[in-house]
This record gives sequence, structure tokens and C-alpha cells, in this order.
Amino acid sequence: MTKRKMLAGPYLVWAAGFIILPLFMILLYGFTSEDGGFTFSNIAAIADPIHLSALGQSIVIAAGSTVISLLVSYPLAYILSKRTSGKTSTVIMMFILPMWINFMLRVLALQMILANTGILNGILGFFGLEPLHILYSRKAILIGMTYDYLPFMILPLYNAMCKIDRDLVDAAADLGAGRFIIFSKVILPLSMPGVISGIIMVFIPSISEFAIADILGGSKILLIGNVIEQEFNLTNNWNLGSGLSLVLMLFIFGSMAVMNKTDADQEGQLLW
Amino acid sequence: MVSRGQKFLERFYIGFVFFLLYAPILILIVCSFNASKARTVWGGFTFNWYVSLAQNEEVMAAVRTSLVLTFSAALIATILGTLACIGMTVMKKNSQSAIMSVTNIPMLNADIVTGIAIMLLFVRFAGLGMMSMLAAHITLGVPYVILNVMPKLKQTNRSAYEAALDLGATPTYAFRKIVLPDIMPGVLSGFLLAFTISLDDFVITYFTKGPGINTISTMIYQQVRRGINPEMYALSTILFLVILVFLWIVNRIQNDEPQAAEAQAKGKVAA
Repeated sequence: MTKRKMLAGPYLVWAAGFIILPLFMILLYGFTSEDGGFTFSNIAAIADPIHLSALGQSIVIAAGSTVISLLVSYPLAYILSKRTSGKTSTVIMMFILPMWINFMLRVLALQMILANTGILNGILGFFGLEPLHILYSRKAILIGMTYDYLPFMILPLYNAMCKIDRDLVDAAADLGAGRFIIFSKVILPLSMPGVISGIIMVFIPSISEFAIADILGGSKILLIGNVIEQEFNLTNNWNLGSGLSLVLMLFIFGSMAVMNKTDADQEGQLLW
Repeated sequence: MVSRGQKFLERFYIGFVFFLLYAPILILIVCSFNASKARTVWGGFTFNWYVSLAQNEEVMAAVRTSLVLTFSAALIATILGTLACIGMTVMKKNSQSAIMSVTNIPMLNADIVTGIAIMLLFVRFAGLGMMSMLAAHITLGVPYVILNVMPKLKQTNRSAYEAALDLGATPTYAFRKIVLPDIMPGVLSGFLLAFTISLDDFVITYFTKGPGINTISTMIYQQVRRGINPEMYALSTILFLVILVFLWIVNRIQNDEPQAAEAQAKGKVAA
């Protein structure tokens, strides 16, 4: 038996070397100044107005794309979960397929559509409408993130709704509940775990994103991801970059803990 | 029960979201055959971009790097992850969940932080290059292998394995003949997922790559910043087809299980 345990050995060594140790490296850089002394200033630097506004913009755009994804995906997941035919799994595969297409290519496709001389303005021009100037603006970043992460919202919502017992819906209807009551008292609470997973899956990658802002925002709009990236590749202040990364990491694990707690509360209620 | 109007609305909505998701990809594919460099003008059908893509040394180098990197990373991740799963099944619950929490870190953390952390490690001890990229991609892939193999391993019939031992099989032989065939679908889909994730990755590669080395993702990033080159559309179309085939295979292996699909979905729900 112990011999079998040894098989996990190589992975344990790997995890220690390439998961745990790198995190210590970030801690080391984040808590030291360039001359090697201990400091909190790299962490405190998040209070700098530029960094704070970058974090603020990231939160606003990530929250925006999360809300839009949720609003678009919720009805879709509901409709798909109702169709219990054998075709459904193929249909849901089709909806999550874009997730696996190279991330950069999806951004490239959006750039083509949104550019001033792009497809969208070509279509608008064909109908004699005024061209829109979307590329290199906050709107473009928001569209890019929503498009890129939409499948991450659809999938958990769909899975949660498939688990809802249809008999509960029928029972509520038999007992005289109208459509609105059925939705607010049965479907919405029971789909909450999917909503939480979806929010986490869209919000977390959105908030640390820098490539979308770079390409669709035209380097004019700095998100926290861009600030960190530039500290490493442009200004070469790795200590500051590490400090800000630590703040971002804390923020992510913090918001995840809050979301999971909300989720746990919900499930606790459902058990009565 | 459901009115006709509602059914139509539902169909319409499914079609609408479908259109939103696929229109950009379709446009990329159409543009890859467009003889005109302008995006809004159709200059006739051509394969020229595919031909010049094949002759572009920079692109071909990136494709080669991506394939070598992705294949080796997925293979090593699959071996490490599968062995880890087998070892973990005989461990105590506490050690198991401790290992799983560590395993979840690369999936839950922001890619930018994971990338920077591994970069700092390599800059301090070894320098950036193919090795740092490989290490980063293996680290990224192992959690998906474990997520796919672990459930299969828990489903295996222990009695059949013990019966084989009672009948005189050595543990290795019993494992090879009894357990391995059972977990093979999990191992295979774990490998394919690690492969796809590694091929798709941009952020972690961007931070851990050595100077002058590019994967497909980082090469596209540089190209896009320089201005769009229609060869990229041709590359997109080819990659799209490759991923389509890959996912079709994964889907066939997993027999259309939405639960498994969620576990794959970058595993961000694992918490």
C-alpha cells in the first residue's frame, strides 16, 4: 500500500516546486524593495491614485461583463435545460465550443468587426447609418470580455438548471402559482449555485485581463492587469509588480470566498 | 402546453445567441479566403493566404514551438497526474484534500499571477527559455488531468482488482489488466484537455517565454499589435478545425456528459 502511495511522489515534488515555491517568490519580491530590504510599500502602492483607478476600472468592466453575460445566458440556459431531447448535449457543446478557440483569435475577430473601417461600420454604412467609434474605448473592452467569457456563464447555469426537478415546477403550478411566482420561488433559488459558479468563472478572468484591454482598448485604458504587466515588461519594477499581483490575488481569493459563502448560505436554506 | 409563440421566441433567442458567438469566428474564416486585404471588400476567392502562411518562417517557427511544447507538456502532465491519482486513492482523506487544495491553486488563481510567479522562480534559479515554458504548461495541465482521472478511479471496482490479486496476479499486472482499462477514458480526455488548454494559453506563456521564442498565441499577439495580416485569418481557420476535431474526440470519449464538460470548463468552479 505504501508503495502505491509513492506514485504520488513525483507530483507532490512538482507541486511544491512549481505551485508553492513560485508563490513564495511573489511574496519575496512583493515584500522587498529593490535594494533587498523588507518593505510594505509595494503592497501599499495600490493606494496610489493611478493604481487605484486602474483597479476601479477593472472592477467596473469585469462586473459589467459579468452582469451582461448573466442576463444573456440565464434565459438561454433556461430554454436549453427545458428541451430534454437527445439533441441538447450537442446543442450545449455548440455553445461552449467557442471557449476552446484560441483566445487571441477571438480578440482578433472582434477587432476586425469593431474597427472604424471594420465589418460593423461596413454594414451600418450599407444602410446609410452613421459609423460607430467603438474600437479603442471602454465599450470595446467590455464587448471583448463579454464575448470571450460568455460560454463560461452558459455552462454552469445550464448544468444547475438541468438538475432542477421538473416535478417541483409542476407541483407549484398545480398549487396555483403563476409564472412569476414559479420563477421567483422555485427556479431562481434552485439555479443559484449555477449563478454563483458562472459569476466566479466570468469575473475572475475578466478582472485580471490585460491583453483584451491592450488590443481592443488600444493601450489607452489601463486596467490593473495592464499596470502589473507594464511593471514587469516596461518599467522593470518587479517588486512593485509583485506587490500589486499579491493585492490582485488577495482580491480574487477574497471575492471567491464571499461568493462561495453566499452559495453555502443558499444551499443551507434549501435544505430547511 | 407551450404556446406556439413562445416556442418561436425561444428558438429565436437560441439562434440569436448562437449568432453572436459564431459571427466573429465565421468572419475570420470568410476573410481567410478573401483576395482583398480590406475587410469590407470581397476581392474574390483565394488560397493565397494559406500558401504565404506556409512560407512565413516566423509563423511556422511559432507553430512548431506550440506543437512541441503543448504535446510534451500534455504528455508529462498526464503521467504526473495519473500517477498522483493512483497514489492519492490509498491516502487518508485529510492528505487527499490537502493535495487537492494545492492542485486547485493554478486553476483558481488569475493566470497573470501564476505566470509571474513561475517567471520569478525561473529568472532567479535557471533563466527563461523553453524549460520555463514547459514547466509552466505542465503545471497548468496537471489539475485538469487529475480532475478527469480521479472520478474514473473512484468508480473502478475494487473487488475485481482484489480478485485478480487473490488469483495470483502481481499488483502491477492486476493494475494494468483491471484498473487501467477502466480509467483509460479519463486519462485520455485528461490528456486532450491539458493539450487544448496549453495550446490556448496566452497569459502564462507570455510571462514565462524566453526572448525570441513564440507560441501561436504570443505570435498572434505581436502580429495584432503591428497591424492585421490576413495570414492570421488562415491560421485561425486551421486552428478552428483542429480544435473542432479535438473536441469531437473528447466528446466521443466522454459520451456527452454535461457534468464532465463542466469539470473541463477550465475547472474554475472546483472551489
